[in-house]
Amino acid sequence: MIQGAQPIQKIIAAQKRNEAIFRVVAIAAVAISLATLGALLFDAFSDGLRRLDWQFLTSFPSRKPERAGILAAIAGSFYVVSLTSAISIPLGIGAAVYLEEYAKNNRFNRMIEVNITNLAGVPSIIYGILGLELFVRMMKLDRSLMAGALTLSLLALPTVIISAREAIRTVPSSIRQAAYAVGATRWQTTRDHVLPLAFPGIMTGIILAISRAIGETAPLIMIGALTYVAFLPTGLDSPFTVMPIQIFNWVSRPQKGFFECAAAGIVVLLILTLMLNGLAIILRNYYQRKFSVRSL
Amino acid sequence: MKDMKKLAAVFAMLAMVASSGTGYAATMVTADGSSTVYPISEAVAEEFGKANSDVQITVGVSGTGGGFKRFCKGETDISNASRPIKSKEADMCFEEGIEYIEIPVAYDGLAVMVSPQNDWVTSLTVKELNKIWAPDSQGKVTNWNQVRSSFPDKPLKLVGPGTDSGTFDYFTEVINGKSGSSRGDYVASEDDNVLVQGISSDKNALGYFGLAYYEENKDKLKLVPVDDENEGNGSGAVAPSMETVLAGTYQPLARPIFIYVSKKAAERPEIQAFIEFYLKNAATLSEEVGYVPLSAQAYELALARFKAGKAGSLFKKGTAGIKLEDALSK
Repeated sequence: MIQGAQPIQKIIAAQKRNEAIFRVVAIAAVAISLATLGALLFDAFSDGLRRLDWQFLTSFPSRKPERAGILAAIAGSFYVVSLTSAISIPLGIGAAVYLEEYAKNNRFNRMIEVNITNLAGVPSIIYGILGLELFVRMMKLDRSLMAGALTLSLLALPTVIISAREAIRTVPSSIRQAAYAVGATRWQTTRDHVLPLAFPGIMTGIILAISRAIGETAPLIMIGALTYVAFLPTGLDSPFTVMPIQIFNWVSRPQKGFFECAAAGIVVLLILTLMLNGLAIILRNYYQRKFSVRSL
Repeated sequence: MKDMKKLAAVFAMLAMVASSGTGYAATMVTADGSSTVYPISEAVAEEFGKANSDVQITVGVSGTGGGFKRFCKGETDISNASRPIKSKEADMCFEEGIEYIEIPVAYDGLAVMVSPQNDWVTSLTVKELNKIWAPDSQGKVTNWNQVRSSFPDKPLKLVGPGTDSGTFDYFTEVINGKSGSSRGDYVASEDDNVLVQGISSDKNALGYFGLAYYEENKDKLKLVPVDDENEGNGSGAVAPSMETVLAGTYQPLARPIFIYVSKKAAERPEIQAFIEFYLKNAATLSEEVGYVPLSAQAYELALARFKAGKAGSLFKKGTAGIKLEDALSK
């Protein structure tokens, strides 16, 4: 026996104790975040459910809280998020494929990589300022759906690119080598093997990016998204409002009725975000099952 | 491969959904600016929209300053403002060739509040308010007995709007003599509902904000009548109310709020119809959303100015102490 060493039982007991402590800490961490979420949900639902009815979902804003509704904001959010997805997802995946599969490992490309990572941490209001000058003023898109969607796309892109790259990197290189061995081109390999395998991981990034975009207010206020809009968007050049802006406006009004409107708006926003995420998760799981069995 | 095609189809569909429709041909009226004026413009837009469904009206809340920035670039037809246009902003408009017609739409009273548990304050003079809020008082005037010797020895807790708000600009102008000059050691929030909470929960607190928020929270707040020590407009301390604001006796804490209409936009029939509708209904609608309407005469004079296309501001030196009807009939 080495001098000073403890009997094995003692060591094991200490380890078990540590294990138990770690377990408690981990459970506490989960419990705290769940309890916070629960309290938030309870608060929003208890204030909002009374106000949440068909009339609320199908009405335009009004000076009277009992007549006010969130229709224009729901439509605006839906259009903006659809457009943002349509712009940022293909661009983001494309950029990730280039950086992972095509780009040479030189100083220039490494600089691009570092910059994209940094962009993910830029406060959203900065994107709003950029969007205001670039899209609203220089490209003369005015306060349109297109300007809003382009601004939010800028915001979503870094997240999409980073997660797509991570996902592509996890595809084993043996898969690529096998494809090359039977004469596939780089594009064929990427399209038929790398991307399908990376798809579930890419989806996770997209969920995160789009969930963030649907709740963003600051950049859209910056580019001048509106508060009172009593019509549905009719085209890419149409003015619009989104749910967070409408909720923010209701919260700051003196009448108590608007407070209930705000709570009901939060419930609608939560439900729509959950539905969106749910859809994305179903898609991800579907592709996960499909490709993992076939290729491994 | 097939799945990638499916995915591409999904994206194409998303893009199509988002771009469906072929642009809007309807006539538009665009307004932006102060959040104080917003409830009135929203109410007018709502009622006007019911009668004229072919006109689409949008109202934004960029703040008075932010609204003028966009207005002077020609991006909006109407700018909501809780104070008259500043000379800097007027210069900006001039450079861009934007002429504007100034239209007062209602009065907004600023209310000074304490908690209902505060049993020593029954009124304050403008001088005392100045002593409380002056920049020099920062860190020095911290006890109620420093404001008036008969007040108890209790810490003075201050609550007020943040520096971006037009309410802050106006209060500091009439109480401290210079717009924007105030002590900084108070709890500031841009959200008036937060201010209501702050005052109602602390018996040593004092704060100020728009009268509309008092009207909705009467049970949680105690209104402090203000004495401007000028016998000419009501003697003694005057509490803000519809009557005292309209009669001009609740001075200096009542101010007119405005909309500015671009002269070029005013040539369009839908803008003319909207502004006429605005002035004819502002009295009822502004009262409904918690503001004090102007006199019938003031609305008529304002409409006449609009119809005559008289550009420029009547309130280059501020609105304090000016009778609207006199200014408008010049």
